[in-house]
Amino acid sequence: MEALSDLLNGFATAFTPVNLGWAALGVILGTAVGVLPGIGPAMTVALLLPLTYGLDPTAAFIMFAGIFYGGMYGGSTTSILLNTPGESSSVVTAIEGNQMAKRGRAAQALATAAIGSFVAGLIGTMLLALLAPYIVKVALEIGAADYFAIMLLAFIAVTAVLGSSRIRGFASLAIGLTLGLIGIDQQTGQQRLTFGIPQLADGIDVVVVAVGIFAIGEALWVAAHLRRRPADIIPTGRAFMSREDFRRSWKPWLRGTALGFPFGALPAGGAEIPTFLSYVTEKRLSKHPEEFGKGAIEGVAGPEASNNASAAGTLVPMLTLGLPTNATAAVMLAAFVQYGIQPGPLLFEREGDLVWALIASLFIGNLLLLVLNLPLAPLWARLLKTPRPYLYAGILFFATIGAYSVNASTIDLIILLVIGLLGFAMRRYGLPVVPAIIGVILGPRAELQMRRTFQLSNGEISGLWSTPLAKLIYIIIAIVLLWPLISRFLLRGRHPLAEVAAEAGVPLEHPEGDEQRAPDQPVADGEPRSRVPEAEPPKERAGRDRPESRTDTPDGPRPP
Amino acid sequence: MSSLPERLRGRSELGVSVLLAALGALVLIDASRIPTDFTQRGPVGPAAVPAVVGVALLVIAVFLARDVLRGGHGEAEAGEDVDLSHPSDWRTVLLLVGAFLANVVLIDRVGFPISGAVLFWGAAYALGSRHFLRDPLIALALSVVTYLIFARGLGIGLPAGPLEGVL
Repeated sequence: MEALSDLLNGFATAFTPVNLGWAALGVILGTAVGVLPGIGPAMTVALLLPLTYGLDPTAAFIMFAGIFYGGMYGGSTTSILLNTPGESSSVVTAIEGNQMAKRGRAAQALATAAIGSFVAGLIGTMLLALLAPYIVKVALEIGAADYFAIMLLAFIAVTAVLGSSRIRGFASLAIGLTLGLIGIDQQTGQQRLTFGIPQLADGIDVVVVAVGIFAIGEALWVAAHLRRRPADIIPTGRAFMSREDFRRSWKPWLRGTALGFPFGALPAGGAEIPTFLSYVTEKRLSKHPEEFGKGAIEGVAGPEASNNASAAGTLVPMLTLGLPTNATAAVMLAAFVQYGIQPGPLLFEREGDLVWALIASLFIGNLLLLVLNLPLAPLWARLLKTPRPYLYAGILFFATIGAYSVNASTIDLIILLVIGLLGFAMRRYGLPVVPAIIGVILGPRAELQMRRTFQLSNGEISGLWSTPLAKLIYIIIAIVLLWPLISRFLLRGRHPLAEVAAEAGVPLEHPEGDEQRAPDQPVADGEPRSRVPEAEPPKERAGRDRPESRTDTPDGPRPP
Repeated sequence: MSSLPERLRGRSELGVSVLLAALGALVLIDASRIPTDFTQRGPVGPAAVPAVVGVALLVIAVFLARDVLRGGHGEAEAGEDVDLSHPSDWRTVLLLVGAFLANVVLIDRVGFPISGAVLFWGAAYALGSRHFLRDPLIALALSVVTYLIFARGLGIGLPAGPLEGVL
């Protein structure tokens, strides 16, 4: 049990007062940004990347990990109290969570979300600690060809599985890869896409790219469409739940965890799919299927557990292979690179203390989050009232600090603005931003592995699939790429996820892309979705703001 | 069925295709001028990946154009504070870009505490905040406190400007 002693050492590091402080700061910040609209954990870690210039790596990663976990807790608060989930992983929580809140059960919804997140985080982190050393052992044996195949799988899977339009995902990935090419080629010293501009020779700093796409892009995008009248917040008290609620929640928590962790650990599982699957599973297994759509607690407990478990799962490939599969992990990987730490299997050997302190601090952070979230739920909910001008002005403000501090150069600020405008355009035209970020960060690493592979094989293309593992991964890639065809063949045109989504009442796929999703309305609320949103001024919104006594919703009459 | 804004929307999305194609061409042209003969180490030189990415961009541009012409369009990103039911508010965006550029111009001249405050106030104004006393005070307080934490506490290089001796 070498891992156990490593983990105990990690606890010893994490339990120093200073590191406990960073963990606490991380989870507080994480919960806050999870609750706050428009800002998520990936953006926050990106904004805090400049701290890597002044902070020791252990402290920084303890804080970043706290932000990552905290963001997952905070996201549920928004989905439950506002009917407008910001992140795809909390869309499902909003379905039952917001219904519970409308029926005066906000406290129970928040409690089952927080405790479910805790259970999932605890089990997920334990699995991470148990599995990581074994995966590292395997990973140390694999070569450049395998790495290249795994990275290719991450690219393809992140792009093809997430989002509603594959072609737009690939467009985003290609933009990211292009940004990653800028600068001097590491192996030959040739300039690529620098156009003779000396500031581009070192490449665009990843801080500038991440902050530009996440922070500036998001702030400009929201500014262009700022809701004139803030959405209604359902007031809540301290989060608590009854014995009966517990009885109905514990199985969904465990099932959600079982679904979420493997999806997070696989390249590009993401948190979105397991939350959908968890919802549908709970609906099928529930003894009260009639409550679904009207605030069934199982529909909050399962998906919330699964998105936290998937967050823990994401850290497995991140720490063992240096393979980020979501936006936050990608930015954390960038932070490793900032410190000159080589992510990958050697991480556990060379930076064992740091990694185990990080894992230990995840246990601590998870406990802190439970303590923070149960009694303080009303306090967090008040963050939702933050005046929007200050919120988005603040995002711009901190974004400029991040970009400027890279080189103390205003050129970086101009590049930041250009990338921000790119991020704006991507949001406007439905290009998902995650593939772009993964492309920027993973692209150069994948190129390195590919060139190594060819060096080893003397230019023979078959060198790419020279190992059994690489062969297996290329088969998986082919299945992922051809999945639309395969599923059409096997399931006679019914996309299984579309089926899942239909059952959950959420539009996931828009096969022809001709239906504009109403911005904040994933829940079947009886309102027809606006087909031509830009042509129709705020009138359409009025329907949504009608008093709750409407009886024409599919859920039937609501209690007074 | 297809009202004017809808058709315009479809057409503007073709612009994304054009941009991707232009980017692809740019990457390919740039790759073609990288000398590969003598600098190359190993069988794959520095131009190989740009060539692949450039071709991919061109192919994606074609497929995206095909998708748009067949009536598909990207789903604008939703969010808690995003209301897609009214058209883009370009005035706010331009004012924000203005506040951003003001900071770019000012930061090396008057230092971060002042330029940052200008940025925050300007951005808050652009976003509709009209508290003429509270806004600048919050901006200045945020800017100064942030400067002290980042520059003094964490040693991150932010220019103090004329306030060098004061702060």
